[in-house]
Amino acid sequence: MKTFVLLPARSLSEAVQEAAKPNTLVKAGGVDVLDRLKEGIDTPDRVVSIAHLPGLDQIAMGSPTRIGALATLARMASHPELQKTYPALARAAAEAATPQIRNMATLGGNLCQRPRCWYYRNADFDCRKKGGATCFAQDGENRFHAIFDSDLSCCCIHPSATGVALLAYGAKLQTVSPRGKRTIAMDDFFVRPSADAQRENVLESGEIVEAAVLPAPPEGTRSVYKKLKEKESFDWPLVEACVNLSVSGGQIRQARVVLGSVAPTPWRSKAAEAVLSGAKAGPDIARRAAEAAVAGAKPLAQNAYKVRLARVMVERAVREALA
Amino acid sequence: MTREKLRLGFNGKFEEKEVEIAPDDPVPWDPSHKFQILGTRVPRLDGPAKVTGEARYAIDQRLPGMLYAKILRSPYPAATVKAVDLTAAKKMSGVRATLAILKPGEKVRFAGQEVAAVAADTPERALDALAAIRVEYQPGPFVVDLEAAKKDGAPAVFEGQVQSKTSAGDLPSARKALPRKGNVQGPRLFEKGNMEEGFRRADVVVEGTYSTQVQTHTALETHGLVARWEGDELTVWASTQGIFSVRDELAEVLGIPASKVHVITEYMGGGFGAKFGARIEGVTAARLAKEAGAPVKLFLDRKEEQLATGNRPSSVQWIKAGATRDGKLTALHLVVHGTGGTNGGTGTSGPLKNIYACDNVKTEEFDVFTNAGPSAAMRAPGHPQGVFALEATMDELAARLGMDPLELRMKNDPSEIRREEFRIGAERIGWASRNARRQTSDPAVRRGFGMGAALWYNTGGTGPKATVIIQRDGSAEVVHGVQDLGTGARTMVGVVAAEELGLPLERVSVRIGDTGMPYGPGSGGSTTTPSSAPAVRAAAVHAKQKMAERLAADWKVPASQIEFAPGTVSVHGDAARKLSWKEACAKLPEEGVSGSGERAENHSDAWKRFTSGAQFAEVEVDTETGLVRVKKIVAVHDCGVVVNALTTESQIQGGIIQGVSYALYENRVLDRDRGLMVNPNVEQYKIAGARDVPEIEVHLVEVWDGVNNTHSVGIGEPATVPTSGAIANAVSHAVGARIRRLPITPESVLAALEEAAGQSKGGRA
Repeated sequence: MKTFVLLPARSLSEAVQEAAKPNTLVKAGGVDVLDRLKEGIDTPDRVVSIAHLPGLDQIAMGSPTRIGALATLARMASHPELQKTYPALARAAAEAATPQIRNMATLGGNLCQRPRCWYYRNADFDCRKKGGATCFAQDGENRFHAIFDSDLSCCCIHPSATGVALLAYGAKLQTVSPRGKRTIAMDDFFVRPSADAQRENVLESGEIVEAAVLPAPPEGTRSVYKKLKEKESFDWPLVEACVNLSVSGGQIRQARVVLGSVAPTPWRSKAAEAVLSGAKAGPDIARRAAEAAVAGAKPLAQNAYKVRLARVMVERAVREALA
Repeated sequence: MTREKLRLGFNGKFEEKEVEIAPDDPVPWDPSHKFQILGTRVPRLDGPAKVTGEARYAIDQRLPGMLYAKILRSPYPAATVKAVDLTAAKKMSGVRATLAILKPGEKVRFAGQEVAAVAADTPERALDALAAIRVEYQPGPFVVDLEAAKKDGAPAVFEGQVQSKTSAGDLPSARKALPRKGNVQGPRLFEKGNMEEGFRRADVVVEGTYSTQVQTHTALETHGLVARWEGDELTVWASTQGIFSVRDELAEVLGIPASKVHVITEYMGGGFGAKFGARIEGVTAARLAKEAGAPVKLFLDRKEEQLATGNRPSSVQWIKAGATRDGKLTALHLVVHGTGGTNGGTGTSGPLKNIYACDNVKTEEFDVFTNAGPSAAMRAPGHPQGVFALEATMDELAARLGMDPLELRMKNDPSEIRREEFRIGAERIGWASRNARRQTSDPAVRRGFGMGAALWYNTGGTGPKATVIIQRDGSAEVVHGVQDLGTGARTMVGVVAAEELGLPLERVSVRIGDTGMPYGPGSGGSTTTPSSAPAVRAAAVHAKQKMAERLAADWKVPASQIEFAPGTVSVHGDAARKLSWKEACAKLPEEGVSGSGERAENHSDAWKRFTSGAQFAEVEVDTETGLVRVKKIVAVHDCGVVVNALTTESQIQGGIIQGVSYALYENRVLDRDRGLMVNPNVEQYKIAGARDVPEIEVHLVEVWDGVNNTHSVGIGEPATVPTSGAIANAVSHAVGARIRRLPITPESVLAALEEAAGQSKGGRA
């Protein structure tokens, strides 16, 4: 690990000023940052710690609900009102990582963490995400890689579980930077590799996520988050499926369907949403939505099985939401 | 030599055998012997020290002025070293010693191979110095894939003679010279009876190809040591399975007398066969320490551990089996190719040759060299792979015969002990009702049951020595140079001494893990307990004899009339002359009395046999996602007369957990185009965690084999042999499709289901 200077920020405005300086990383829980430093993927001169900034870990329920970026996954997972009002988000937080990591990892860190692609995470491979010329996974060992947008310049999968759920709830992020504050819809937050393989989101230099803002769910909202992973203890998912439906009188008024761990960004399936929106909650609606969700999949040489897993998980999530 | 009639056997059934006993060696215990402590559930002596962090492992060692060494490794899977320039590294701040491990002209054969090393005053400075070493490589063609390496014209891993190392844990068969063509070495051939004739006599024949992945050892404590010179004497604190093997290799390579090398392993964080000898880390640390004139610590990180310290080779096993209509095996044929990277020893034929009775057997084993990290002995080399293929074949045969898989095994298993173990296991898992229980409350999830057999070899031998000292205050000390890998060896030594002396364990101090002590065995091949326990018992018996002589002189009776019972010493038939143990010890001289003992040869005329075991698995499989959860393993094993039931069960649980992990998760993945490992960590190299561990039920079958004076047999390896095979058969039972490759992931289960669906439609996918 290269030697760096650790700067514990005393305020958010100081943090963004420091973070905007060259070759500087921001850390909250430090879970992902430490991994990258140890592997030598990032070699910053300075690390700005926002871990102890006061007030940023608040969860304020209401219309809208506001969750501070420093709220830990453990707190989100065990928050009774969050569990009741946004069960898919609480579930996504609860099923991520391990108990120890959930106690350290924050909402902001979970959204901004870098992908776990084993070529990106290995300093021996100078891949496109690190500014190199090759995506090694596209013709290499890609059993855990993308099945959507897999033909762009990078076929990693986005690792954020809370990102999947926040996208399904139509949340927005409030950010701060030296240029001021702004609000970014989750739909606009993530960046596809075709735009820039070296980044996963639109945050600019020195810009820090301050909070996520979730609209109050309409009457009859039913949301479900499901994930599939090989191991029960400490494993990254093969596929995640999150659905957020508002149902009244046996009819689905609105639908959001988001898949995780299937694309370089959390993957909103407009095709599945189109099947569901306005449809009657009939017996085969879940299957039809699931089929639509995977209709455009582009699996790589080793991961066609993930298409089937995605279909099954979407079907199960819709069925559970309508049950 | 004396001849003694022994009662030997198991399960209350004993036969009398006359066995030759070496002079001075105690007669093996009779099954009627009333043990005070041996065989009970004894908590580890070092448990509190380990859980409080008080225990100091080699990796915890810190000496004044100690330097930190790091190794530079090749980024290429194949290359010729043109130049190694250490000049810039030597000038870096804090650098105290440097070493070129490879010289110009030498070959690199796998990515991660050791090239050079430095020692500096901090680990960070050592790493910085590595970056300053200039190595000029001429990269060459390479191959990391087994099938590609077999082809004509594949890049040759070895141009000339094979330069691979064997380790003390390898099976003897791995050391024989074999023919080689390209990257393919072999066959290692075994033939019994007439295989063709056997297949002609068969009413049913099944065949299939089974493949297994590369598994890495991944011990919690990585490889490494601390080396300190004082004049011409070298002391090392090593994480090793064999302190004497470290001593001897260091002496040999450094050209110094073994008596000048002192190796200490007080606590150890695990070893599964890859921690023998000084290894390159030991020699490097000793050389750097010499050059720097300061102690050097060299411990590998997790990535180095994954790349370069050993692994269980992969296998592709083609297997064909024939049986008569009534289920008797008539022929078995195995052809296996495996890759252990730059190392051989990939055979898997042990289970097939030795578990089920068959008159006509042929096995052909080929090592395929690839540009990947070398294999090393790993917990029952060849056996988990072999059992996976063999037991799948037995289930296939049973299906073709329309026979209960348990019945087929009972018909063919020549081991009375293992048949009993199958019976116990079948009852505990509820084998008879297995088909009725395939449904679960979730229509997508099916339950399945499967079994597998274990076999291991008997076990332990001469060499080990021990000293037992009885002190005047009534306490005792046992000194024996064995290391405790975490298996409970320290406690085992104490229990055997306490049992023989009739003392509570807390009155016995155990000193182990130091080459300054009487010789202890290396811990490989499940031989530690059967090698150590008889030596310790002999030492305790001899110490008691010394004590008896002393008391006999006092009481003016022959020493043979002195009788020991737990807590007391008396004169035979004389109620007046009886002392408590403490009173008797008070009569000893100031220095106490001591006895030494030596491990006698195995009694070849005893009830000689293999170690056996049977495991049953219960799994649940989601047939839509292919996800497997192991719910329960019932493990029935024998390991002679158990010294400590608690640590024996713990060993079996550990073997099962490692077996579950091998069956479902672990997999070294190499990128074929670059020849590099893509998951050299413990995040993407997946290992079972706490929530992946099933319910484990252990049953021990006690066997009085009379091979050594304590009837001790090891359990470390047999415990992991059948687990993956039992799980694979259970998954096959659950989903109705044959599992033919490990690890059993959602992907592989879905592929097996698709293959089965394709076949039932009359076409192959």
